[in-house]
Amino acid sequence: MILDSKIPEGPLADKWENHRFSSKLVNPANKRKFKIIVVGSGLAGGSAAATLGELGYNVDCFCYQDTPRRAHSIAAQGGINGAKNYQNDGDSIHRLFYDTIKGGDFRSRESNVHRLAQNSVNIIDQCVAQGVPFAREYGGLLANRSFGGAQVSRTFYARGQTGQQLLLGAYSALSRQIATGQVKMHVRQEMLDLIVVDGHAKGIITRNLATGEMKVWTADAVLLCTGGYGNVYYLSTNAIGCNVTANFRAYRRGAGFANPCFTQIHPTCIPVAGDHQSKLTLMSESLRNDGRVWVPKNAEDAGKAPSEIPEDARDYYLERKYPSFGNLAPRDISSRSAKEACDEGRGVGPGGRGVYLDFEDSINRLGENVISERYGNLFEMYERITGENAYQRPMRIYPAIHYTMGGLWVDYNLMSTIPGCFVLGEANFSDHGANRLGASALMQGLSDGYFVLPYTIGNYLTTISPGGIDPEGAAARETLESVKERVGQMVSAKGKRSSRSYHKELGNIMWEYAGMARSEKGLNKAIGEIQDLRDDFNKNLLVTGHGEELNMELERSGRVRDFLDFGELLCRDALTRNESCGGHFREEYQTADGEATRNDEDFSHAAVWEYKGDGETPTRHKEDLEFENVKLAVRSYK
Amino acid sequence: MKLFLKVWKQEGPEDEGHFESHVLDGVSEDSSFLEMLDQLNEQLLGEGKEPIAFDHDCREGICGTCSLNINGYAHGLENSTTTCQLHMRKFEDGDSITVEPFRAKAFPVVKDLVVNRSAFDKIIQAGGFITVRTGSAPDGNAMPVPKENADLAMDAAQCIGCGACVASCKNASAMLFTSAKAGHLNMLPQGQAEKDSRVLNMVAAMDEAGFGNCRNYGECSAACPKDISLDYIAKLNRDYAKAKIKKVFS
Repeated sequence: MILDSKIPEGPLADKWENHRFSSKLVNPANKRKFKIIVVGSGLAGGSAAATLGELGYNVDCFCYQDTPRRAHSIAAQGGINGAKNYQNDGDSIHRLFYDTIKGGDFRSRESNVHRLAQNSVNIIDQCVAQGVPFAREYGGLLANRSFGGAQVSRTFYARGQTGQQLLLGAYSALSRQIATGQVKMHVRQEMLDLIVVDGHAKGIITRNLATGEMKVWTADAVLLCTGGYGNVYYLSTNAIGCNVTANFRAYRRGAGFANPCFTQIHPTCIPVAGDHQSKLTLMSESLRNDGRVWVPKNAEDAGKAPSEIPEDARDYYLERKYPSFGNLAPRDISSRSAKEACDEGRGVGPGGRGVYLDFEDSINRLGENVISERYGNLFEMYERITGENAYQRPMRIYPAIHYTMGGLWVDYNLMSTIPGCFVLGEANFSDHGANRLGASALMQGLSDGYFVLPYTIGNYLTTISPGGIDPEGAAARETLESVKERVGQMVSAKGKRSSRSYHKELGNIMWEYAGMARSEKGLNKAIGEIQDLRDDFNKNLLVTGHGEELNMELERSGRVRDFLDFGELLCRDALTRNESCGGHFREEYQTADGEATRNDEDFSHAAVWEYKGDGETPTRHKEDLEFENVKLAVRSYK
Repeated sequence: MKLFLKVWKQEGPEDEGHFESHVLDGVSEDSSFLEMLDQLNEQLLGEGKEPIAFDHDCREGICGTCSLNINGYAHGLENSTTTCQLHMRKFEDGDSITVEPFRAKAFPVVKDLVVNRSAFDKIIQAGGFITVRTGSAPDGNAMPVPKENADLAMDAAQCIGCGACVASCKNASAMLFTSAKAGHLNMLPQGQAEKDSRVLNMVAAMDEAGFGNCRNYGECSAACPKDISLDYIAKLNRDYAKAKIKKVFS
């Protein structure tokens, strides 16, 4: 596997400009000869499909939801970063670049991150022009707020529904292209395989979720905008339908999978209430702007009502340990601190897995009105789920799996190791290193879709001739047959256990051994348990109904089957990364006071896994990360 | 909790459909309504029966995928709540609960409780956008928007496109949905250039999709999980009248 990152020459700030100039252009008359498949309609997929349509390409866009407006980008709450420096507080493109590199614990590519920071400015302009109703000041100008991991106010927001508004913006642009016929939208379609011919991506196989029909779609390039794999943990903040299948199938066809162990655990989620639970709900990180995190100093107080614990018996542990960032310490650090407190028996709420997020001081200082205006919808959501009023009693929060920084490896053009297969947004690995800062996922999805891919795809398309492959040809037919066989096996599975029960069990293994803290012993144990579980799945799975209809059990079985393989890959990656960095914390590598210890000497690289066949150990490749513009430092938020 | 459920079962679009009764015991009051249905489906699987198909995705009240008429109310009786955010503590032990799909001519049933709401997409494609090519935008602060207008636009833009408004209207009208989207864009300076064509085209698409007429019953707004106000319907009517008159006299 060759990992040529294709980073452009020249000084950091000029790389993107130079690259855009040297990128090949496809002339307008030729654009309409090319057909491009976009899988996924979230911020990355929706914005890419709309923009490619505007440029004159023929686009086929697919999503598993019943409409493109429901992709899970919609659930992002807090905001989107943009280095506008409208607040005059010292922000700049370089500062956003630096914060993102540092926040990612120096495990991302400098050139990509700098490009992201540059594009952040255009994204805000684009979204405003589309009519995204960002929060405004009384003078009518755009308002900003601060966010975890940053000391400037650069986050633009639309109440607690920023992701929804940005997605609806991209969806409106996409809808305009659908109306013109430039983009053809295919809803309730799940991608089940990638068609690769002579090493190039030439199409996909989908299953129509409403009718069960399986079909070949051919194209000159395939864009995977298929999101992250957080649901390998069963309980996460992802939507129930989020899955790794499209990416994992591409991996099996030759796309390198980079850093699967880089998963992000979000510190502010509503704690697990019981066994019935199907997902975890995030409370926006922006709450940490005005909420103070604490647990009782003494474990004996953990069972008491919060009002019975006096001020001097409370431990505001983030303010104590990280005085300069306090409650705004980055996500990985905040999450781990919460776990430590609970491991010491100081956790609150049912099961002792929770910490308080307390708004009393802010309500006293600003008044309940202000707090309600800022976070009213979140307080409501909290009350609906827990039955508790957070104006009167501190919220209980606990970390949960939220985002995955790892993903398919891509070069500077966002192309995977399979030529013609591009990967955008959360599905790729490129920008967030080992930890993502708040309000930067939306930024990356839109940067990739609106402003990067539409330029860089030309570098590939100009090397091939348009027309794709014969959908009836051998390669397409073989791929289709292999999918039919795989689905057929599952339909005929008449064992005893539901796919959900396997998913739950896999989730428990992953959270226990590959969650917030990992160790060599635990990871080895996890790999063994996952293999056993997979064997059992292959023997004992129960699927009802048949394949030629809407069959949600069948859908879930296919996704869980891929999660079982993928979970093992994730553990393998965690096992071979002998350091702690960002969201990846290995218990063997920490300082005496429990801080993560990076190993830049041996692990300043992206680990890229190459599929070698079922039952074979995949090969680990490396893309060395070069830092020419920042000095690798121990990340300190003290 | 022990529940007595009457759930709609329909093999496919052509099937007539019927209710089936189920008894479900051991439901936690911390479960959401959909988690209760998950539990029912696991029970059905255990009995070798086919589970009930229903739409759902984010399960945090924002994607608009979940639907369901619960005891005759879209998303259930709880105010400002989607089905996924409706929790079982709002029900009593021993309750009988009737679960049906959203019913409207423009939302045909796909299977069981799953309906096809793509008619909403058609309305948006007719004009629910501002024509701005990627890359052609001026600076974000070039055009100030008074805070009150931005807030009103946001109130409308919160619509999650679930279709509860249509399902609760006895005419199955889509006016609340259409007016929220058109209102959001028409309220902003960016949306002025296409305001007239937007309302005319969106209303035409709405009629064509088979939605009924609005008679100002107000059930839509009462059922709306995002509390979209009837004011937007009034505004759409106003904008529509103006656009129509301009067209007649131009």
